[in-house]
Amino acid sequence: MSVPHDVMEDLENPSFLQRLTAVDWAWALLVLVGAVVAYLRFRAGMGVYQEAILAGAAVTLVALGWYWRPMQAFSVVVAALSLSAIALYGDSYASAHRDPLLAWLLSSPAAIAWSCGLFLAATLAYLTGLSARGDGFSERALRWGSRLTWAAATLGFVALMVRWRESYLFGPAAAQIPISDLFDVFVLFNVVTALLYLYFETRYRQRALGGLALLIVSAAALFTFYLMFEFHGARIGPVNPELRSYWIKIHVPALFIGYGSFAIGAMVGAAYLLRLRAERLRPAGRVARRLPDFETLDDVMYRYNALGFAFLTLGTILGALWAEQAWGAYWSWDPKETEALVVWLNYAAWLHMRYTKGWRGKPMALWAIIGLLLTTAGFIGVDVFLPGLHSFGKL
Amino acid sequence: MGEVAGRAGRGRHSSLTVVLLEFLGSMNLAITLLVAVAIASVIGTVLQQDQPYSDYVLQFGPFWFHVFRQLGLYDVYSAGWFLFIMAFLMVSTSVCVYRNGPGMLREIRQFRLRVQAKSLRLMRHHTERESAVDAAGVGARATRLLRNYGYRVRTADHGDHQVLAGMKGGANRLGYLLTHIGIVVILVGGLIDSKLPLQIALALGDLKVETRDIPASQVPPSSRLGPGTLSFRGNVNIPEGQTADIVFLQVKDGYLVQQLPFSLTVKKFSVKHYITGQPSDFRSQVVLHDPRNDKTIDSTIRVNHPLVYDGYEIYQASFGDGGSKLDFKLWPLNGGKPLVSHGSVFGKYELNTSTGKRRLEFGDFRMFNIDQVPGADGKTKPRNLGPSVTFKLRDPQGVAKQYMNYFVPQTINGQLYYLSGVRNSPSEPYRFLHIPAGPHGGIQRFMRFVGALHDTALLRRVAEQTSASALKAADMHDPAVRTRIRESMVRLLQQFANGGYNAVFEDVQKRVPAAHRQAAGEAFLKVLNAALEGVYIDLLKRDGITRPTQQDWVWFQNAVPALSVLPFYGSPFFLQLTDFKQIQAAGLQVTHHPGTIVVYAGAGMLVLGVFLLFFLAHRRVWVRIEPRDDGGSTVLFAGTSNRNVMDFERQFAQLEERLFARLDKPGDGSS
Repeated sequence: MSVPHDVMEDLENPSFLQRLTAVDWAWALLVLVGAVVAYLRFRAGMGVYQEAILAGAAVTLVALGWYWRPMQAFSVVVAALSLSAIALYGDSYASAHRDPLLAWLLSSPAAIAWSCGLFLAATLAYLTGLSARGDGFSERALRWGSRLTWAAATLGFVALMVRWRESYLFGPAAAQIPISDLFDVFVLFNVVTALLYLYFETRYRQRALGGLALLIVSAAALFTFYLMFEFHGARIGPVNPELRSYWIKIHVPALFIGYGSFAIGAMVGAAYLLRLRAERLRPAGRVARRLPDFETLDDVMYRYNALGFAFLTLGTILGALWAEQAWGAYWSWDPKETEALVVWLNYAAWLHMRYTKGWRGKPMALWAIIGLLLTTAGFIGVDVFLPGLHSFGKL
Repeated sequence: MGEVAGRAGRGRHSSLTVVLLEFLGSMNLAITLLVAVAIASVIGTVLQQDQPYSDYVLQFGPFWFHVFRQLGLYDVYSAGWFLFIMAFLMVSTSVCVYRNGPGMLREIRQFRLRVQAKSLRLMRHHTERESAVDAAGVGARATRLLRNYGYRVRTADHGDHQVLAGMKGGANRLGYLLTHIGIVVILVGGLIDSKLPLQIALALGDLKVETRDIPASQVPPSSRLGPGTLSFRGNVNIPEGQTADIVFLQVKDGYLVQQLPFSLTVKKFSVKHYITGQPSDFRSQVVLHDPRNDKTIDSTIRVNHPLVYDGYEIYQASFGDGGSKLDFKLWPLNGGKPLVSHGSVFGKYELNTSTGKRRLEFGDFRMFNIDQVPGADGKTKPRNLGPSVTFKLRDPQGVAKQYMNYFVPQTINGQLYYLSGVRNSPSEPYRFLHIPAGPHGGIQRFMRFVGALHDTALLRRVAEQTSASALKAADMHDPAVRTRIRESMVRLLQQFANGGYNAVFEDVQKRVPAAHRQAAGEAFLKVLNAALEGVYIDLLKRDGITRPTQQDWVWFQNAVPALSVLPFYGSPFFLQLTDFKQIQAAGLQVTHHPGTIVVYAGAGMLVLGVFLLFFLAHRRVWVRIEPRDDGGSTVLFAGTSNRNVMDFERQFAQLEERLFARLDKPGDGSS
């Protein structure tokens, strides 16, 4: 075939690996070094599964940083702050009272309080940005919302890291990754949901959804405060021996990525309804103008619900494997398991309706919100009110 | 759908099949079933499952209790209707896969090279442009471009035009198959492990649930299952040093006995504790013996570390007493000699003491009793109260009281006490009798004090001395007064011994007019205390103590309240644990779930499928090239994606721009 030469030019599409920059490779190296150092330091206490989880976590973190670059800077800051706090602690849990930096900022109760407070401030900033009269002011407020959210997520993550160390300083009975009681997982929910939202914000270059997405995080932050002040939630104490298993390190985070995704999916649904109403009342109004268009909203809502569904499936199945090992039954129809099934069935129906019947828009937005209510009932209601195998989060 | 309609013409039989398949595979049915399962699950969550029937009766009343029982709401997940829905869901999903599966597989393979220009123009993403480059040039450029973007490309020459079809992410369609087949596989596995065969056998009457509390050896064959049961989960408590080859299956309000193909011997059971007193680890050292191949396995079973043997899993589930040996003394509460006896936990004994008949039923023995005590710094600190024994004492009428006695005396406010809790029913908290320990920590002094109070001759003698010295001090010598005072002293002491302070006050109420009660009461108390002191001094004298120390008087002050409540202790004797040999029992759970591996396979398919389904999009693009007479060509570029349309829109725009970048103008090198 005599194809003219220049017709075949300019067709290269560099692969994902080819597109990585020097910074990306430096990032991978940094994570690798961190993982190796962690391994050498804690090798004695690790079994083969723990090692696999460490390796998996390192690979996931590298991939996450490559796929979403802001994760790199975020992780470095979290690591730096956490390591400084751990260094300040030294070998004594009592350092939290002696060192002012720990007492007021970096010990887990302080960092959690800051994180929750910043989430509330971020929500206010975002909501101001959504509703402000002037576009310039609105832009500035949204930008601040974004910065505050990053700061809150950073401190929240630092708090979890430091808390992990604190539990070991506190004593062998308490030593545990801090995702095992209601208070801990609320902190986890806040940071995971915030990061999931920030991913959207950076990818779509849209900040107007922040007010709604962070509204749910704010509600959770208020509940965290409530647990903190009413029930001394921040206090570290002995851990149920049943929870001492490497499974918790994958089962719980997988589920909370799911829950966080559903939360954002529902809030995007709420944004959809808000925009519908705004357009009906004032078609050219500020809110209608600033929110993303309907098609984007619908798509984003679907994506978060699909992501949530995938991780709920994964988390539930991991839980089944753990249960088989710990209780001798992969499924016990325990209230929490059943509730997870109900949530799963609900989103399965939601996704089927979208695919096969082509449902879009308002009904799906409403349904997404109902889905979140169901999820919340499963997450808190069952934990607090119904006895069962999963009653680890009792107030 | 077209295919289904085509088959419908073949006759009545096939049309019925088609209608049935249509119904079973319809989305409406699937959604209805999903909702039904969800509602059933909510019922099962809100209504606590598998509780004793008596609890439900209390909760709902007899009428609703029966209605709910008929509906199977106390064990929703084993109820016939629930299993029926699950089976229906399985069939519906299977039919769905059966109907859509072949189409999906075709989708992955076929590039649709025969696509019409008309249908391409109907696609959301399409563009039509004129190019100065000839068909071969356009085709080559498009092929290279699409391959660089990861598309598989096929071409076809239809004479007057060429079609170039690209495809990517076909595995997304596999996602559909994997998720749906995964669900069916999970349900099949779940069904294998379910109680369904058991339910059927129970419904047919082949099996009967045993509800009586009898030894396993006496359970009739109609409540026994051979070792061939498909799947089960049962529990058994094995005392240290003993062997079992059965487990108990909890069914409705009773149990069944499941024979195991092997035997389990518990050599030793141990519990480790945290410093806070919470258990940190349970270990059972067991020996498994399989008579079929005469194999013996030694193993240690811990929480999270089961023993797996031949498809059976043996878990550390609980622990309890295995019939600890107990030595004890029964002190009659009238001062008689103690009865020395022995027994074991779970044992029942008829006791005939000088003070009454009782049936003694030992309930439990505990080695450790960890109590949280507030420490000096405000934090609570754990404290071990040592071994305790719980038992019931049943009177000849059959009424029982429950007791909990500690082995060692406990320090309270610097004094040592023997503690014994008593209650009428398990729902009440224990009320504790505090018996002060005498010199060297013994209980004898108290028991002798009790005995003295029941010895009338002794009381009369003590009253005589006490009243004599009192009258002497008051310089009164009338023998009649002396006798009256002595007799009323004896009466007071006896009232106190048989009814405590309450009896004394009641007597005052009965005999003294209201106006004088206060004064009389106070006077009586003074006399009573003086008399008790007299009895106590007499007791000490007989022990050779003529000068009571401060400590002796503290003991007295602690003993009097205990004496006062003794009549309400509800037992004619006090049981003192004197020695024990602890025998523990390991609670083991044995499961046999051959469906597990099937469920895991299904779960793996489901997870893989879900991620393929959501994170991979099946994208197709077509380039239809029609040569023009002038050597150029007309290019129709179109594409679709079954997922994430907005992402595809971006990529399509990019592809379009890059494809036509060198095609729009006449190629420089072509002329």
